Amino acid sequence: MPTAAAHRPVSKDPLPPSTHRVSGGMLDPRQLATSLPDALRKLDPRVMVRNPVMFVVEVGAVLTTLSAIKDPSVFAWVITVWLWLTVVFANLSEAVAEGRGKAQAETLRRAKTATMARRLPADWRPGATGLSEAEVAATELRLGDHVVVEAGQIIPGDGDVVEGVASVDESAITGESAPVIRESGGDRSAVTGGTKVLSDRIVVRITSKPGETFIDRMIALVEGAARQKTPNEIALNILLASLTIIFLVAVVTLQPFAIFAGAEQSIVILVALVVALIPTTIGALLSAIGIAGMDRLVQRNVLAMSGRAVEAAGDVNTLLLDKTGTITLGNRQAAEFLPVSGVPVEGLADAAQLSSLADETPEGRSIVVLAKERYALRGRTEGELAHAEFVPFTAQTRMSGVDLDTSRSLRKGAATAVMRWVREHGGHPTEEVGPIVDGISASGGTPLVVGEVTRQEGTSTARILGVIHLKDVVKQGIRERFDELRRMGIKTVMITGDNPLTAAAIAEEAGVDDFLAEATPEDKMALIKREQSGGKLVAMTGDGTNDAPALAQADVGVAMNTGTSAAKEAGNMVDLDSNPTKLIEIVEIGKQLLITRGALTTFSIANDVAKYFAIIPAMFASVYPGLHRLNIMGLHSPTSAISSAIIFNALIIIALIPLALRGVRYRPSSASSLLNRNIVLYGFGGLVLPFIGIKLIDLLVQFVPGLH
Amino acid sequence: MNETLAGWLQILALVGALALSFRPLGDYLAHVLTCPRHWRVERLVYRVGGVRGDADQPWPAYLRGLLAFSAVSVLFLYAFQRLQNHLLLSVGTKPVAPDLAFNTAASFVTNTNWQSYSGESAMGHLVQMAGLAVQNFVSAAVGIAVVAALIRGFTRKKTDRVGNFWVDLTRIVLRVLLPISFVMAIVLVAGGTIQNFHGIQSITTIAGDHQSITGGPVASQEAIKELGTNGGGFYNANSTHPFENPNPFTNWLEIYLLLVIGFSLPRTFGRMVGDNRQGYAIVAVMGLVWAASVAIVTANELHSVSSSAGHAAGGMMEGKEQRFGIWASALFAVSTTLTSCGAVNSFHDSYTPGGGGMTIFNMMLGEIAPGGTGSGLYGILILAIVTVFVAGLMVGRTPEYLGKKLGAREMKFASLYILTTPGLVLVGAGLAMALPGERAAMLNSGQHGFSEVLYAFTSAANNNGSAFAGLSANTAWYNTALGLVMILGRFLPMVFVLALSGSLARQQPVPVTAGTLPTHRPQFVGLLTGVLLIVVGLTYFPALALGPLAEGLR
Repeated sequence: MPTAAAHRPVSKDPLPPSTHRVSGGMLDPRQLATSLPDALRKLDPRVMVRNPVMFVVEVGAVLTTLSAIKDPSVFAWVITVWLWLTVVFANLSEAVAEGRGKAQAETLRRAKTATMARRLPADWRPGATGLSEAEVAATELRLGDHVVVEAGQIIPGDGDVVEGVASVDESAITGESAPVIRESGGDRSAVTGGTKVLSDRIVVRITSKPGETFIDRMIALVEGAARQKTPNEIALNILLASLTIIFLVAVVTLQPFAIFAGAEQSIVILVALVVALIPTTIGALLSAIGIAGMDRLVQRNVLAMSGRAVEAAGDVNTLLLDKTGTITLGNRQAAEFLPVSGVPVEGLADAAQLSSLADETPEGRSIVVLAKERYALRGRTEGELAHAEFVPFTAQTRMSGVDLDTSRSLRKGAATAVMRWVREHGGHPTEEVGPIVDGISASGGTPLVVGEVTRQEGTSTARILGVIHLKDVVKQGIRERFDELRRMGIKTVMITGDNPLTAAAIAEEAGVDDFLAEATPEDKMALIKREQSGGKLVAMTGDGTNDAPALAQADVGVAMNTGTSAAKEAGNMVDLDSNPTKLIEIVEIGKQLLITRGALTTFSIANDVAKYFAIIPAMFASVYPGLHRLNIMGLHSPTSAISSAIIFNALIIIALIPLALRGVRYRPSSASSLLNRNIVLYGFGGLVLPFIGIKLIDLLVQFVPGLH
Repeated sequence: MNETLAGWLQILALVGALALSFRPLGDYLAHVLTCPRHWRVERLVYRVGGVRGDADQPWPAYLRGLLAFSAVSVLFLYAFQRLQNHLLLSVGTKPVAPDLAFNTAASFVTNTNWQSYSGESAMGHLVQMAGLAVQNFVSAAVGIAVVAALIRGFTRKKTDRVGNFWVDLTRIVLRVLLPISFVMAIVLVAGGTIQNFHGIQSITTIAGDHQSITGGPVASQEAIKELGTNGGGFYNANSTHPFENPNPFTNWLEIYLLLVIGFSLPRTFGRMVGDNRQGYAIVAVMGLVWAASVAIVTANELHSVSSSAGHAAGGMMEGKEQRFGIWASALFAVSTTLTSCGAVNSFHDSYTPGGGGMTIFNMMLGEIAPGGTGSGLYGILILAIVTVFVAGLMVGRTPEYLGKKLGAREMKFASLYILTTPGLVLVGAGLAMALPGERAAMLNSGQHGFSEVLYAFTSAANNNGSAFAGLSANTAWYNTALGLVMILGRFLPMVFVLALSGSLARQQPVPVTAGTLPTHRPQFVGLLTGVLLIVVGLTYFPALALGPLAEGLR
């Protein structure tokens, strides 16, 4: 049979186009002002010491302050003020990053207002009625308690529905106002404390301890209270600390050399040199970058339970993606009409369309759409269907259709059902049907057979018209996404319950690297372990309770918010939108986080070259006039040169806060080309920019009285 | 043949000879470090030494062996010098003073070979042969052993074993250093280097003066002095002395010998990690830095001369031997300061500020182009790790080098490594400059005097051992301070390298994908060179500005 790939209906629900930029919220200048008090509070040395680079700057600022009080001069005060500003700017970046989470935490807290719970007695069993309820505060609920919640009430704690079905408003958490259905049993049983039941009555078994509910964790996460340094952040901190120590030693030991040269330096100048050399730019922004990375996930409605998971996302080698909902649209769609001989394809299309007009299932609608697109068959005029009687699909008949007045009946449905229907009406299905049906099945599609009975003058003829080919529709743009992932060195594996034949066909079409067909939870687990034993990091999404072990085993396990609480507990991220495709974005955010760190580190170190050229001649040109030749920027005077370097150093922090919060531009591509781009931008840029910046600042500050 | 052509030919012949030995020597070293079979004589050594030759050690055991061996060596060498007047072949020498004996012991055990004494007058033949020359072999072997352990950290997985120190040490001495030195000593003798057991001979010069000349087993020591990047000369004048280095051929051979192991080890590295391209990338960085440095020093010595005498001589000939000339002297100076060898065939103190400053800068680079035997390779691998860490972040992954992730633990050891040497240099020089008594040891005033002190500490901390001269370093303070700096500058980095090796060996390697930062391309070569120059340049820039730069930019 012909493959229909070329004629595949275009899905109406395409992926959001890959923007090539994992964008995050922009910086609102007002945030700087509102975060200022927090920034000042962070000046507490006990807080500062956690950031060794900025702690050194703060100690330096204290030293210059004392020195400026003792020997006041314009220069000493300019340096002092700008050193303090450097520290404040660093704190500000962190405060701004945290501030964005705080607003969200506020909303969440409101959902957590003192809720009362209607607790059922401990001996309650599903189905039991007429037991007495106790009214207790939500905070007194313990694991395993059962509570009853009715329409209009707030669910007092996280749990699983054990009895009943209800529609629940989860907008407090997801921001999505459309209610969702939660029912006992199955994969949609989890409810979250703080959400509201809109209809019906459910009994919930509490699965979280007070203070450790999902909402509590969310609040902690978005506020950054639970923030711990991630492994990579620690490693980078170690490197930065050691660079700081090297530069400290270089400057401290410079004094005896300088004294020998007859150019003893003041404490203000030595502190200025240290601050200019140590990697303040990255030191100031490092924690903001981490917080903003988590925040970017939150903005996409993904909650990472730890920063570690976000980092791991950047390292992922293998993505396990569920077929349905991620790679294909949730439902099968009509792709082709295959008539038996003697029936024109338009005739089949017409019959298929008629039989589906009242069929509101996605499959049914897709048939109507295909008929319209391919054969220009539109809806019928009113009179035409005046006497039509639609026959809905039932599990018993396994077909649906229409009886057009008394002369014509149409049915479509499972091959066996429709053939039986034809035989019952005295028809003989042709031999052709079997091979067509088998062919479609073999290619991974679903065949729907269309049958017709016509009655004329008491005799009825029944026959098979043809077969509708329903198939999985691969999401638009997903192939390109997988190509991008491949360029990034990430392998994609499709997980499906389909048979291998079907799976292979879809895998081929979607462009995944590999697939796991007829997948059981055990198979999934084995696949993850196999990948991991080769040193690979695996990411996956899941929602069912049987996904939980695999979610826990995976390095990045994204649980769908619609899933069971077991799944949410096992994963290290929760997607509130329950959109499995988001896994790809999560990977990109993880990468972007690391790239931002690396880029700003490179930038910070490259900056030092220009600062040397500003400060060293300023320090020593008086005794060794030859060193004046190092003043290639032609800075006005020693004091203006040193001030300019320090002012640049402080301003660049403020200038880079938006970049730190937003993350650097990220395009999925190979490591080599990514590196080239970032080296040019942040390495060479970092080398050149301060030469320009310091010169410009010098042009201004030379007019400050006392700095010439 | 004019001097320029001769200079170029020497350089080209050197590069050619190094290129020819790259593969065979590198592969042979890899074989020696990995082959499971012991020689019979090696088994005998293990039995006599009471060590187990068949069991690999975890890194702490490897380190303990190394430190114990080195400590015993220092004590032995110290006692040897203090008691030398009671020994055979003492040729009338007196016991060495305690501080000098400590300094010398530390110096030879650490592969530095800083010499605060005059070899011909202070040391008897037995001390030279059985003490100093023995250390020339084993200290070089220790360096190679440490880098072997580091490479095993990359190649092994999920183990705590990084090799067996005693096996590595024994094999490198017996299978590599001894045979090559033996052959090369004979070649040197053929070239005119002396080899005898004469005492001091008095001769009458043409002018009728009397002169005392010490003979000795020079050629045998000369070969390993260069091959093991030791640099401790039999004579005070080192390779400027005609008995050690009589003519341009022996000079060329000595340069070749001091570079050959350093430049071949990257091949060993590539071979052992199973990807020769990784070795090519490393050797490319080494070669680039070496070539640039040769060009800068040679150009400075030829052209940056201010005196009219210099112009008449066709370049800066002060402090250089007539029989070598500017080209061969500059080539030697660059090679010896970039390898932690420290042998000299001219006096770096007399170089132009640019040329002399470059020799300091060469050492400040951390002796990695190609560096000392073994220590050069582990030095550059640590810098490669730092490079990979920063660059790896920029490709959006947890950085990994050769499949091993660079996490907090790995960065801790790499950071400590890069902290150690600059810390020692700057603190040492800072103390010396702060103490009025020690400042007086400078023979020059101003920037040049400062350069002398800076050079001394740079040389000691980087285990180079060459001296700028012009510094009276044989004082109790300098002997002790420099001795300590040499020991810390040698063994602290080794501790960090071995610890790093242990933490790499434990890891399960990460597979290479398109998302992995490639570390064998020109891109990485450029990046590593950049990090090398910027990290070093930034650390030492203020100090250099007050010494050679201030002097050069007058």
